[in-house]
Amino acid sequence: MTAPAASPAISPVGRTPIPARVWAAYAGLALLLALLPCLVGGVLGLGNAWLRTLNFAVLYVMLALGLNIVVGFAGLLDLGYIAFYAVGAYLYALLASPHFGLHLPAWAILPAGAALAGLFGVILGAPTLRLRGDYLAIVTLGFGEIVRIFLNNLNAPVNITNGPQGVSGIDPLAFFGVSLAKPVVVAGFTLPPLAATYYVFLLLALGVVFVTLRLENSRIGRAWVAIREDEIAAKACGIDTRNIKLLAFAMGASFGGVAGGLFAGFQAFVSPESFSLMESVMVLCMVVLGGMGHIPGVILGAVLLSLLPEAFRYAAVPVQKYLFGHVVVDPESLRMLLFGLALILVMLYRPAGLWPSPLRKRELKRSTS
Amino acid sequence: MDIFIQQIINGLVLGSIYALVALGYTMVYGILGLINFAHGEVVMLGALTAYSTITGLLGLGVPLPLAALAGLAVAALLCMAVGYTVERVAYRPLRGAPRLAPLITAIGVSIVLQNGAMMVWGRNYHAFPNLVPERQYDVFGATITLLQVLTVLLAALTMAGLMLLVLRTRLGRAMRATAENPAIAQLMGVDVNRIVSLTFVLGSALAALAGLMVSANYSIAHYYMGFILGLKAFTAAVLGGIGNLAGAMVGGILLGLIESLGAGYIGDLTGGFFGSNYQDVFAFFVLIAVLVFRPSGLVGEKVAERA
Repeated sequence: MTAPAASPAISPVGRTPIPARVWAAYAGLALLLALLPCLVGGVLGLGNAWLRTLNFAVLYVMLALGLNIVVGFAGLLDLGYIAFYAVGAYLYALLASPHFGLHLPAWAILPAGAALAGLFGVILGAPTLRLRGDYLAIVTLGFGEIVRIFLNNLNAPVNITNGPQGVSGIDPLAFFGVSLAKPVVVAGFTLPPLAATYYVFLLLALGVVFVTLRLENSRIGRAWVAIREDEIAAKACGIDTRNIKLLAFAMGASFGGVAGGLFAGFQAFVSPESFSLMESVMVLCMVVLGGMGHIPGVILGAVLLSLLPEAFRYAAVPVQKYLFGHVVVDPESLRMLLFGLALILVMLYRPAGLWPSPLRKRELKRSTS
Repeated sequence: MDIFIQQIINGLVLGSIYALVALGYTMVYGILGLINFAHGEVVMLGALTAYSTITGLLGLGVPLPLAALAGLAVAALLCMAVGYTVERVAYRPLRGAPRLAPLITAIGVSIVLQNGAMMVWGRNYHAFPNLVPERQYDVFGATITLLQVLTVLLAALTMAGLMLLVLRTRLGRAMRATAENPAIAQLMGVDVNRIVSLTFVLGSALAALAGLMVSANYSIAHYYMGFILGLKAFTAAVLGGIGNLAGAMVGGILLGLIESLGAGYIGDLTGGFFGSNYQDVFAFFVLIAVLVFRPSGLVGEKVAERA
């Protein structure tokens, strides 16, 4: 643990000019992201199912980046993250659906969802400040389950969440009077609803990426990393560990809350089933498999884990038919089985994730040599 | 009053099952400091294997007591094999790795076991056969079935046997030494790897027994039963003080009682606002409260915080 003081652990960043090829790479990436709906829908002819998957992938990027603040930056293992997603989604569902007859606009609900989820984050964080590692994981898991059980049962005697049936008929996302449920006309081009939603999600996701990138190198971000690496030392250095940890929970949760609201508006339906422990595990795996604490890695993890299982879903049946002549095993459980195996294998062979941050890589090298 | 006694009886039965599963968590945690998330899935495998063996043998005309014993034996053997394999393949290579890695692997293992079971046994609920004659006894106005009596007795005997094993045998001493300090135990001539494997095998055998008991008592077995059961048993282990055998038993019984009394009375206490469908919430509230206020559990001594 005692690093030699000779070489600074973190090299100075931010002042060196960015080389041209990096700019070119960014420009190419931007173009690809902008044209992705055309490619998927038009050129590859994959159709709406894949466009939906694409939208979900962007949502998962937001979720994973939110969880990355808690797990990756601050090192607080959270297995109940999906509860905040649920809070955001249910707030949207209840405030913009025929269930209560309320139809508030999206721009009002989404920030409210972020705030409420952030509050839940603090509520969860406050009693667990002393806990670390496995214990924290278990408590957060319990919290997630409690939220789900309440969503499932708060339909009697007063019907708040409509129980296991969930809330349907949710108003579609609409901004400035433009609904994303109908084709959107922009400068003569007509965007189909799924593509329009994609651009809105992408914009928000880029916002999240920007915020987390800025956070990473801020005082707060460095304080989080300090707590992750050695809490006692961080405290000794004058970091208010309690508030900084609570801030991590609150910020991570509020990103989850926004993503939840978008999910509700996009799906037009929410039910407790969408917020099971498995979803929390999935998002955690995105963060861990991609490369904890490394923003590009987390994005990679989120995209891979949301696209690959879908691809597998489509491939499983034809491949089995080709090999055996009929479907031997249920593709859904085969998919999950392989997912579980992948988790084990990645942990065994790449414990730092597929795309670890340079800092972490260095740490791992030092500890093994 | 009859309801009270009835809930106590139900709580004891449930609690003794939790205690058996909790022993598996606590033994592994005591030795490796690892929460074996996949333990609940081993319980589920035990239940489903016992189900298949028993119904299969009954179909062949084997008498019920023999079939039940064979079911238990086959389930125990399979679970032991699974427990052993899981430790060798998924946990042993990660000893000494950052703590997140074994946790994620454990989740991976539990997903694999669950979906593997789904492939073999399907998504359906399987009706578990009656293992003992349906006899009922009257206790202070409440009823207790023969099955319930047997469940509690069998659990108590098993736990007593385990205590004897741990406290009175060479193997038990080696286990305690490993739990205390693996490095020094190794120096003293204990084969730590063998002890860890044996711990997993032993815990898995207990899990198989518990799986059989759960399914017998609730007449149902299915691929998803392990998850919530494992979580509750883990709660029981934490409640008693994780790493502590006696604590797991106390915690198990206590959690069973809390749950069944809570489920029985929550409706009256909250004026019907919350119903017995909130039963599962109790375990989680207990879990959070214990971890926050007394992380060492009720029985356990103060342990250094494990990060």
